[in-house]
Amino acid sequence: MKLVAITGEESGTAELEGARYQVNLSLVDGAQVGEYVIVHAGFAIERLDEQEAEARLALFEQMARAVRGEAGPRP
Amino acid sequence: MKYIDGFREPDAALFLRRRIEEHAEALAADGRTVRLMEVCGSHTMAVGRFGIREMLPPQVELISGPGCPVCVTGTGYVDAAIELAARDVTIATFGDMLRVPGSRSTLARARSEGARVEVCYSPEGALELARREPDRQVVFLAIGFETTVAPGVSLVRTAAREGLGNLSLLTAFKLVPPALEALIADPELSIDGFLCPAHVSAIIGAEAYRPVVERHGLPCVIASFEPLDILLGIDRLLELLVARRAELVNQYRRVVRPEGNRRAQELIAAWLEPVDADWRGLGSIPRSGLGLREEHASWDAARRFGITIGPGESNPHCRCGDVLRGKIRPPECALFGRSCVPARPIGACMVSAEGTCAAYYKYARTA
Ligand code: SF4
Repeated sequence: MKLVAITGEESGTAELEGARYQVNLSLVDGAQVGEYVIVHAGFAIERLDEQEAEARLALFEQMARAVRGEAGPRP
Repeated sequence: MKYIDGFREPDAALFLRRRIEEHAEALAADGRTVRLMEVCGSHTMAVGRFGIREMLPPQVELISGPGCPVCVTGTGYVDAAIELAARDVTIATFGDMLRVPGSRSTLARARSEGARVEVCYSPEGALELARREPDRQVVFLAIGFETTVAPGVSLVRTAAREGLGNLSLLTAFKLVPPALEALIADPELSIDGFLCPAHVSAIIGAEAYRPVVERHGLPCVIASFEPLDILLGIDRLLELLVARRAELVNQYRRVVRPEGNRRAQELIAAWLEPVDADWRGLGSIPRSGLGLREEHASWDAARRFGITIGPGESNPHCRCGDVLRGKIRPPECALFGRSCVPARPIGACMVSAEGTCAAYYKYARTA
């Protein structure tokens, strides 16, 4: 979920597919508005490393392209 | 959300399927078959929903382990919760617990008979209940794996800060690594590698599986529960197995760090300590659970109300125990889909959407 507001010392609002949720931020260090957080039982349990996420998506994209027969090295 | 579609790209799935088939051919050439186990309720659901098990070649068996928190909670614990509900306290719980069968009843039935059983989406809901009715005792059913432990404990931390004396925890927290050890020790299972859970690993850290890899020589791959991530995890496990290499691979680095979530770990260590725990299907495993430390015992509902959690009795025909250890597939249980269906579950594995029987019923009834 994307953190869209910090609402208190240990709470914030996160958004997923247009819906907003209250999340407890006491278990993560310094989460910033605009960051993605992993939420479990109403608690943010970790911050998403966007670079890693992008790298993984790029790998999947490359695999998909290889199947479609477009150019590109085999991952 | 921008990330979801990219993790479900069908052509990438095809690519991974082909690679998995290549690994399977290498195994076949060696005359080998392998058994992989996933130990995460979210994996169980995704494997069912996206038909991942059906995609795998015959040399590769993917079994579901004890990854569903509701499913591994013992019958005796449910009995204790029902007993508490009868003592005029409010029970606050995740919704799945309502229909989990105890020895003779369920919390849902207790509720229909007048007990106060409130469903919470988050442990914070229990806090709200306690604040709203300061004269009434509220007991939170503190079950779950490492991921749910920290939120559960933070509940009593906040209650302590606010001086809320009417809240307590009935604990049955479970730890994943000791369960893996118990499964490895089971000679009938012969697991070749683990697909390790996503959120649990975010808390305990990738390194928590190092002993499994080094002491037992089994490869462990941490994977998210998006379908492509699961396929990539299986692909990696097979690659390691073909090469006969036992390694720890963290394929969920976008969330899981080697050391895990230190803040959560510190909170857990300050309040809880390892205890022997009773697992449905696996029996008692030493130091596989967490209970409140002696200095925090006043927050323990069992102590506060003088309740003991006994072994309980399960329906003798329910084979949840064998399902949770991956010994049988749900359709091998005589009750599956007949007297046991999600609307009328006989065993815990048919209750939660993360339960193996429920996932099979919903997505693979013909398997
Ligand atoms: S199908 Fe029902 S009775 Fe059979 S093992 Fe699963 S939960 Fe138990």
